[in-house]
Amino acid sequence: MSEQQTVGFTVNGERHTVSVPTRELLVHTLRERLHLTGTHIGCDSSHCGACTVDLNGRSVKSCTVLTVQAQNAEVLTVEGLAGPDGLHPLQEGFREEHGLQCGFCTPGMLVRAYRFLQENPDPDEDQIRTGMAGNLCRCTGYQNIVKAIRYAAEKQTAGSV
Amino acid sequence: MGILEDQQARIDQLGGIGCGRKRKEDARFIQGKGNYVDDVKLPGMLHADFVRSPYGHARIKSIDTSKALALPGVRAVLTAKDLAPLKLHWMPTLAGDVQAVLADEKVGFQYQEVAFVVADDRYIAADAVDLVKVEYEELPSITDPFHSMDPDAPVIRPDLDGKDTGAHGKRKHYNHIFTWEVGDKAETDRVFETAPVTVKEQIWYPRNHGMPLETCGSVASFDKVNGELKVWVTSQAPHVVRTVVSLLSGLDESKVHVVAPDIGGGFGVKVGVYPGYVCSIVASIVLGKPVKWIEDRVEHLAATAFGRDYHMTGELAADADGRIQAARFYVLADHGAFDSCADPTKWPAGFFNICTGSYDIKAAHVTVDGVYTNKTPGGVSYRCSFRVTEGSYVIERMIDVLAQKMGLDKAEIRLRNFIKPEQFPYQSALGWEYDSGSYEAGLRKVMEVCDYAALRREQEEKRKRGELMGIGLSTFTEIVGAGPTKICDILGVGMFDSCEIRIHPTGSAIARFGTKDQGQSHRTTYAQILATEVGIPSESIMIEEGDTDTAPYGLGTYGSRSTPTAGAAAARAGRKIRAKAQKIAAHLLEVAEDDLEWDIDRFVVKGVPDQAKTMKEIAWAAYNRTPPGLEPGLEAVEYYDPPNMTYPSGAYLCVVDIDRHTGEVKVRRFYALDDCGTRINPMVIDGQIHGGLTEAFAVAMGQELPYDKAGNLLGASLLDYFVPTAVETPRYETDFTVTPSPHHPIGAKGVGESPHVGGVSAFSNAVIDAFAHAGVTHLNMPYKSSTVWKTIHTLNLDQRA
Ligand code: FES
Ligand code: FES
Repeated sequence: MSEQQTVGFTVNGERHTVSVPTRELLVHTLRERLHLTGTHIGCDSSHCGACTVDLNGRSVKSCTVLTVQAQNAEVLTVEGLAGPDGLHPLQEGFREEHGLQCGFCTPGMLVRAYRFLQENPDPDEDQIRTGMAGNLCRCTGYQNIVKAIRYAAEKQTAGSV
Repeated sequence: MGILEDQQARIDQLGGIGCGRKRKEDARFIQGKGNYVDDVKLPGMLHADFVRSPYGHARIKSIDTSKALALPGVRAVLTAKDLAPLKLHWMPTLAGDVQAVLADEKVGFQYQEVAFVVADDRYIAADAVDLVKVEYEELPSITDPFHSMDPDAPVIRPDLDGKDTGAHGKRKHYNHIFTWEVGDKAETDRVFETAPVTVKEQIWYPRNHGMPLETCGSVASFDKVNGELKVWVTSQAPHVVRTVVSLLSGLDESKVHVVAPDIGGGFGVKVGVYPGYVCSIVASIVLGKPVKWIEDRVEHLAATAFGRDYHMTGELAADADGRIQAARFYVLADHGAFDSCADPTKWPAGFFNICTGSYDIKAAHVTVDGVYTNKTPGGVSYRCSFRVTEGSYVIERMIDVLAQKMGLDKAEIRLRNFIKPEQFPYQSALGWEYDSGSYEAGLRKVMEVCDYAALRREQEEKRKRGELMGIGLSTFTEIVGAGPTKICDILGVGMFDSCEIRIHPTGSAIARFGTKDQGQSHRTTYAQILATEVGIPSESIMIEEGDTDTAPYGLGTYGSRSTPTAGAAAARAGRKIRAKAQKIAAHLLEVAEDDLEWDIDRFVVKGVPDQAKTMKEIAWAAYNRTPPGLEPGLEAVEYYDPPNMTYPSGAYLCVVDIDRHTGEVKVRRFYALDDCGTRINPMVIDGQIHGGLTEAFAVAMGQELPYDKAGNLLGASLLDYFVPTAVETPRYETDFTVTPSPHHPIGAKGVGESPHVGGVSAFSNAVIDAFAHAGVTHLNMPYKSSTVWKTIHTLNLDQRA
């Protein structure tokens, strides 16, 4: 058994304080304590990216982060992507370009793409493919995911001029 | 008379068959509001985990659960001994065999389920797994199916001792499962004896795994007060699960409530019933609490089914012009320790006998021997309809082998052998009646768009320079939509499917189906079929599936069967609605039914276009002004038993460049032309094709589940098991021809699996074609750089100038 520790952090703009065993993984805290089940679990080896969240401005695989490591962190999950004005351009892009099928990889894809577009706001196809290489999809063959991210990049660039 | 502007506007407004409407599924998924099995959370829910065998083959000498049970938070540890009094330590498989739910005195494959630990949370359950002490006595393993029937081979299944007849006839050895034969052996052998040209090749389709991104799992909740059981389960066929659970548990089927919520991909892996489902149910009944079991990725790859593992000997006989006269195939099928194939009950090798492909072959014969080995049981389809990929692969490979032997071009030999449009309906030598196809038109289109002749010239040039370039063709025919109930059933339930539709008074509707979406877009496309049939916008038609309490019984979604069966049920249920609507409209307009004609979304009095009643108006009237003698309401149910399968086809071309110093295969171009009959939603079809091709690419280029001699599975995690990322995945171009199915109500054939079935052959043929000039006729998949490099090196093709 591992000992408990109190962890405070912000998730999607909301402050939370949880008491967790020190060995608890962030993905379980999000899903089971905070009921944010949009973040998924697809493997046990950091390969699939279904659990991707944004932690202090970086994409991380929350199946490989201990909750205690998120002390005072800013976390963004798929549930926090849409703003008061509606869907995030990436969410729109995934729908418009048919970037999802079963939807299981989608939350991780979206959150990773969100960070990727901040790192590279106007990527070409190859850059998108490399930037998204940490996220597996078994359904779409990625072609429409690439298009969806381009859609969002164009919309965001247009919006910022 | 053409379509008037007003009519076109009304067609557009319907969003029916043929439009690329955006998906209804997406809104929830893109906002993290999906509801997958692992998202189900119930008060007091416990978590379960398995103790699994480290050995491929061993006797269990003892199991000591005391330490595990002493751990705070552990509620139960179940072993075969605990399940035995309930007669649940073994379960029937879909293939007519039995499978141990928890190992009964011995294990037959590595990672086999030995004990089931239930605890307050998943961390405690995992701790307790390590505390269960199992003493094993290791036994020799068989991992090479060619040695399964050796006279002195170890006995894999002592429980079958003395049973020399299995579910599919005589067993010729204690490790033999079945022999399945189809076709005219005498005639085929006769043709082979006299044919001017014959070819033979040994072709292995390696063991692999469909690996949906969501693993399998279940949540079982037994209500002791009412004696009712509710199960959320990752199932492509929830109604079948309900029937199986009822049969196994003895609970009334009406007291078993099975729900397949959102499913994170299936690809055939989620058709079967797995020990984890059964154990979570038993644990919930025993403990009176909800029990969740979710497997991890390694467990999924290692213990929950597998695909393929067919060792095939292909033979073709041809005349001097390369026209195929006969085909002969022998298959040694490695089924693992139990026969848990998920095929229709009477088809132990699925529809492998589609292996005459798109070609007019007058004589053919197939023999399949299924054998036990010390490997994971399964043999489920991996995005294909029941062994169709194997059958399609062997013929698409063999026709290339024949072309090479005869010095014929690989496109030319196909053109010479295609079944011609006027030959449909076509009776194949192995017993199928192909419904329709335009094979030559498809291939010619691909050759023209890709300038096939120029590609061959380029290859010629490159070969002179020592460079490796391959061109792969695949002109496949699939068989999907199982199936006519007279030949297809699962555990005795005929393979029909269903649609139930209710039109509400204000003109919107809900329709429920016996199938289950796992990404195929049913909510979107079923609504399109219904929109066209009943004249209500697809936006106003809700689609539901997966809850066995509310949905009509159906056999589920796999084998590309949803559109051919439930899609047909939708069309016919819609037509029943329309027939009743016509009566109501006639009553409202005070004319005879025959004076009315259907016009997109309304009934119109013939010749008097402004005398009309829209479906919306009729819906309202159905609830207050039905004609005398007609019951109120506007509902219909259709259980559709298809008269035949459907036969989608395609022509694919793949161009690869191979680095002769590293063995790296680069896909330069992939052109996929599909013919799935009537196209319901082109956007969805393209998405299915991209996905299926990517899985085909994965199979050809890297997926395998290898075992060592001791029965250790080498590579059951994503560290080893190849799943391509966006970087490796090729780009695809898609195209189509439309040859409707004559027997399907809307002419649709199904498309989900075509790209996989056709794609594997195209990738494989392309890689092998790159070595054709060196005399290579076949190389087994997967084409990892290391193995390709070895081929290059052995052939001396990596010399620097
Ligand atoms: S769950 Fe697969 S990377 Fe985290
Ligand atoms: S949409 Fe199913 S895994 Fe990506």
